[in-house]
Amino acid sequence: MARKVTTGARIGWSIAAWVVALLIFFPILYAVITSLKTEQEAIAGFSLIPSGTFENYITVQTQRDYFKPFMNSVILSVGSTILALIIAIPSAWAMAFAPTKRTKDILMWMLSTKMMPSVAVLLPIFIIFRTFGLLDSRVGLTIMLTLINLPILIWMLYTYFREIPGEILEAARMDGASLWKEIVYVLTPMAVPGIASTLLLNIILAWNEAFWTIQLTTTNAAPLTAFIASFSSPQGLFWAKLSAASTMAIAPILILGWFSQKQLVRGLTFGAVK
Amino acid sequence: MTLKTFLLGACSAMAFVATAASAETLTIATVNNGDMVRMQGLTSEFTKANPDIQVNWVTLEENVLRERVTTDIAANGGQYDIVTIGNYEVPIWAKQKWLLPLDGLGDKYDMDDLLPAIRGGLSVDSKLYAAPFYGESAMIMYRKDLFEKAGLKMPESPTWEFIADAAKKVTDRGNDVSGMCLRGKAGWGENMAFVSALNNSFGGRWFDENWKPQFDQPEWKASLQFYADLMKEAGPAGASSNGFNENLTLFQQGKCGMWIDATVAASFVSNPKDSKVADKVGYAIFPSKEGVKNHGNWLWSWNLAVPASSQKAEAAQKFISWATSKEYTTLVASKEGWANVPPGTRTSLYKNADYQKEAAFAAPTLAAMDAADITKPTVKPVPYTGGQFVAIPEFQALGTTVGQLFSAVIAGQSTVDDALAAAQATATRDMTRAGYIK
Repeated sequence: MARKVTTGARIGWSIAAWVVALLIFFPILYAVITSLKTEQEAIAGFSLIPSGTFENYITVQTQRDYFKPFMNSVILSVGSTILALIIAIPSAWAMAFAPTKRTKDILMWMLSTKMMPSVAVLLPIFIIFRTFGLLDSRVGLTIMLTLINLPILIWMLYTYFREIPGEILEAARMDGASLWKEIVYVLTPMAVPGIASTLLLNIILAWNEAFWTIQLTTTNAAPLTAFIASFSSPQGLFWAKLSAASTMAIAPILILGWFSQKQLVRGLTFGAVK
Repeated sequence: MTLKTFLLGACSAMAFVATAASAETLTIATVNNGDMVRMQGLTSEFTKANPDIQVNWVTLEENVLRERVTTDIAANGGQYDIVTIGNYEVPIWAKQKWLLPLDGLGDKYDMDDLLPAIRGGLSVDSKLYAAPFYGESAMIMYRKDLFEKAGLKMPESPTWEFIADAAKKVTDRGNDVSGMCLRGKAGWGENMAFVSALNNSFGGRWFDENWKPQFDQPEWKASLQFYADLMKEAGPAGASSNGFNENLTLFQQGKCGMWIDATVAASFVSNPKDSKVADKVGYAIFPSKEGVKNHGNWLWSWNLAVPASSQKAEAAQKFISWATSKEYTTLVASKEGWANVPPGTRTSLYKNADYQKEAAFAAPTLAAMDAADITKPTVKPVPYTGGQFVAIPEFQALGTTVGQLFSAVIAGQSTVDDALAAAQATATRDMTRAGYIK
């Protein structure tokens, strides 16, 4: 039964939602505002009115090349997402439709790897990368980003797949579909919203990953996270330039998020109402 | 096209390809300081003269750079051929054999021209392990106009007593002018750089000859109380979160009567492009306490070193030789003016008439650097070297912890006695764990 909502309550909740949304978005907004200030204005104190200079963007692009780290970010986030999905879809299928006694334990174990601080395994990972010649390589970092996001992907897909009635897959099997066809032609189309939101979320996570991408790269594979980090200065003003670099780094992913928000929300709420 | 022309062209192309193929690429890790950015911009001059060497820059935040380089050297990663490190790390890393001695800088490299204090801090067993790119001590930067208005005259060698009195007189809360701006932000390289130098000048020390922490001694109580009182009476609002950059901005905007900090700041505060008070700045040596002959012994340099894991040591030393040479200084002067050359590394720079003419801070900077002796940082004997830091690996963590305790005093969240007691307990525990105290 629908709950009655008064106009007053509707307005009140709308204002509350706007306030919360603004609070969450404010750091990004303030970074954009700061990027349009001079260095002196940026450090002088809180102000929402910039002088409107684009000098920082010019300086940032003059001092360092934006496009190489940008391309690295695109390659790493898209590459690691595709690789992760190739592994995650069959894994999640197996756990959702052919569970064993240990499936729950495996899921928990996978999630537990996310609970460990990254720095704890820095040295072993570094030595493995050095031994296999993967330091500062896109291949190495793609593998790394795939592995660190894989548990979340498998969990998300497992949750979506569980919402799909097993009878449909059984019917496909009875019609003679092979395992491959069952996954590709029956399961995947039904789980498209879930897979799409998983894909988008993984791209965002990979794009924003700032520990391994800084630790394992120097110049060839360094993505935009390393680009941002390079503008901090121990002696000299840098807030405005750093904000300009941050704005340039987050702009592509913000635009992607903006255009795909319907898909994201649809996927994230998939199966919420059965 | 004749056959001869064709063959000649083909040979040239092959020679070009062969040169490109044999070119060594150096990877240099650095911080984002103005002088370093300038060096990156001038790299083409080096590669033009050395076509067989290419240069890749990796610019990192200071602490990230330390982490990355430490991991790389410890795991023999070999990712960097040159690293930019401070004089805190150089002796520690050299003793651990993480750095290669710089014995290939070439015959033309004028080693004896390096400032003795700087060179000493970068040498272990008389071998140079890093070449200084720019160096700094600490000094007072003050507003000559405000001093004149208050009827004050900066002495040649000011005492802390005079400075405290002058800071109060110059303070004008109505016009948002604080008599004294000092670092308050917690960190071994932030507030503890100043507080350690202050404590040196009060006759205090971090550890006695047996590595026993000295925070329970009267010198620490006197220096920390002085610092807290000075910030309360003449410091800016929110001083506990001010570091080098925040104080620089305050001073440039005319909101500080005095600022005691790194000498490298002098070129920023006297630059009319960024500073509203560029023509009103005077300089004086780091103060001392009456009866104590010590000016803090603050000495820092950013240096270029070759990690032991580098496979291109020869080319790396060639680059270091170029970047830290007298010729590089002349190159910067010709492109950007004498006021923008990297300071504090070479005696010849301070004898240069053009530099003296363009940089009013040249003489006070040299005086400050000459006064600093990191081998004898305090009046009492100590088992360590280092002026505004203690050159042991444990200092980064310990210095930052103590820095947080002292920053809380400036913020009014703790008392001097409580902070010193906590610092003593922490330092004793850490030094015992590390095996210094038996």
